[in-house]
Amino acid sequence: MGQLAAEKHTKYILQIEKKKDDIESALTEHLRINGAYWGLTTLDILGNLKAVEQEAVISWVMSCQHESGGFGGNIGHDPHLLYTLSAIQILSLFNKTQILNIPKVSTYISTLQNKDGSFSGDKWGEIDTRFSYLAICSLSLLNSLDKINVEKAVEYIISCKNLDGGFGCTPGAESHSGQIFCCVGALAITGCLHYVDKDLLGWWLCERQVKSGGLNGRPEKLPDVCYSWWVLSSLIMIDRVDWIDKEKLVKFILECQDIENGGISDRPDDAVDVFHTYFGVAGLSLLEYPGLKAIDPAYALPVDVINRLFLK
Amino acid sequence: MDSDEDERIPLSQRPEWSDITPVPQDDGPNPVVPIAYSEEFAETMDYFRAVYLADERSHRALQLTSEAIHFNAGNYTVWQFRRVILEALNADLHDELEFVEHLASKNSKNYQLWHHRRWVAEKLGSEAAGRELEFTKNIFLNDAKNYHAWSHRQWVLQNLGGWEDELAYCDKLLEDDIFNNSAWNQRYFVITRHPGLGGIEGIRDSEVNYTIKAILTKPENESPWRYLRGLYKNNMKAFVTDSKVSTLCLKVLTSKVNCVFALSLLLDLLVHGFEPTQDLKNALESLIPESNNLDSDVAARVCLVLEIMDPMRVNYWRWRKSSLSSHVEDGVKNLSVH
Repeated sequence: MGQLAAEKHTKYILQIEKKKDDIESALTEHLRINGAYWGLTTLDILGNLKAVEQEAVISWVMSCQHESGGFGGNIGHDPHLLYTLSAIQILSLFNKTQILNIPKVSTYISTLQNKDGSFSGDKWGEIDTRFSYLAICSLSLLNSLDKINVEKAVEYIISCKNLDGGFGCTPGAESHSGQIFCCVGALAITGCLHYVDKDLLGWWLCERQVKSGGLNGRPEKLPDVCYSWWVLSSLIMIDRVDWIDKEKLVKFILECQDIENGGISDRPDDAVDVFHTYFGVAGLSLLEYPGLKAIDPAYALPVDVINRLFLK
Repeated sequence: MDSDEDERIPLSQRPEWSDITPVPQDDGPNPVVPIAYSEEFAETMDYFRAVYLADERSHRALQLTSEAIHFNAGNYTVWQFRRVILEALNADLHDELEFVEHLASKNSKNYQLWHHRRWVAEKLGSEAAGRELEFTKNIFLNDAKNYHAWSHRQWVLQNLGGWEDELAYCDKLLEDDIFNNSAWNQRYFVITRHPGLGGIEGIRDSEVNYTIKAILTKPENESPWRYLRGLYKNNMKAFVTDSKVSTLCLKVLTSKVNCVFALSLLLDLLVHGFEPTQDLKNALESLIPESNNLDSDVAARVCLVLEIMDPMRVNYWRWRKSSLSSHVEDGVKNLSVH
């Protein structure tokens, strides 16, 4: 079996920051802050966060914040929960959440909760269990869960549970591994995992492993490295990770590396990107691959970062 | 990129934009991630920033958001400002539907596009139901599992109506591809939420028949097995006593095809107190290698076969086996309550 090209991945991430003339970076300008979170968290798991100019990152993150308290995906972009969580996560990586006006940020988030307990992603009102996770994870990192109606939020998530034990984006929507991560993560953070049918969901999740060892997101779909995060973290949160063949999954992730130039792709031989590099490395961390920092499956941040936040 | 975009005249050379000073992207004093844009995209965004900052809710600003969205349909801010303009101009939203349809024909996996579509449909109200259902149908022609489109379709049904033909539509999709898990999910959505169908209890019989037929066509198909289990949700007694379920297991076990799901369902039956017939026991025996023919408990033997047939999930099946005794007791207890 191949090995994790940790140094190459570090280089790959560091050079994304400097890259010019890249159409991909132009198209992702609006979610730059998500990209920064993926890259920085990967570096931290690889033990190389110090290679980044912390001050520059932090001042840029803070300049993405709006009057409302929410964060945009880049300077001058409108605020959304998607970017607000990434901003909080980045600040958490650097142990800098204290520079935030926490009441203000948490008020922004809490005003996005709807009567039925669900969350809108921004003032335009799109509802999705992804946003429930974003809100709950953000507020928990800021120690401000008391700002929302947690009971109602949990109730809404449970209403999205399907016959296969999984969860969708809204009540009745098809189970999808990404949505399952969001719902199980939110339930884990709020101490409500007892609402999950762990054995039923665990079986559905372990059925996601296909012959190549990779995981897919729904039945009859192709495997993709990103599910090494969504499926695996969910299995760990519900304590059923031993139901998959972990060795085969490690092999699949390693096969998706670009050994020459660094980075990880969705499937072997595809083009790499920072998103899949994060999911690959984070997945390997969940699989206890040697030399990697442990990552928390619910908060998607290194365990030492979480401990620093909650055990102080 | 579009052919119409090939002939694009730079905004700086269009007379109607001569009064606007473009505003370049501010990446902050020490850009962490400096970005180089294509010239045309950069110019469009520079003008967009100018009208956005000036809060100019005009026809030309609307046109500019169209151009910006064609360059990059993922930008939240552009979409949001477009809605502000549409409201201010009191624009004809039917045109907007066309705009979205044109975009979706190129990239139907963009969150903003679907969110925008819903916003438009919501404003138009129930008159939009038919067109929205048609719109998603068209998406499914190319990508029958498009998660956004399914989410939109469910929203339309629940908020604008149009349930009448939905079960037939599920039939059609499953006819095209019996492995389509999204269509199976939609089927469950319809039978549990369609206001005119009377819920699961009323429709169970015909649905069980339909599902069994689907399973027998492709027994390796995970979706209908789960659907079948879902039909008996909250009614374990019917699940265990309905001979159609155990007969299905027997048929698949004796047909020499992949029978992991049949064995799994049989296991569920057994832990809920089902007494296997001699035929089922015999079918099971034929699947067990002789050297392993030791365990006397039927459910334990099912687990044993599953461990051998599905080595990737061997730990799951071992766990099922190890938790057998307690489950059987629970199952019997539950039955006696009924």
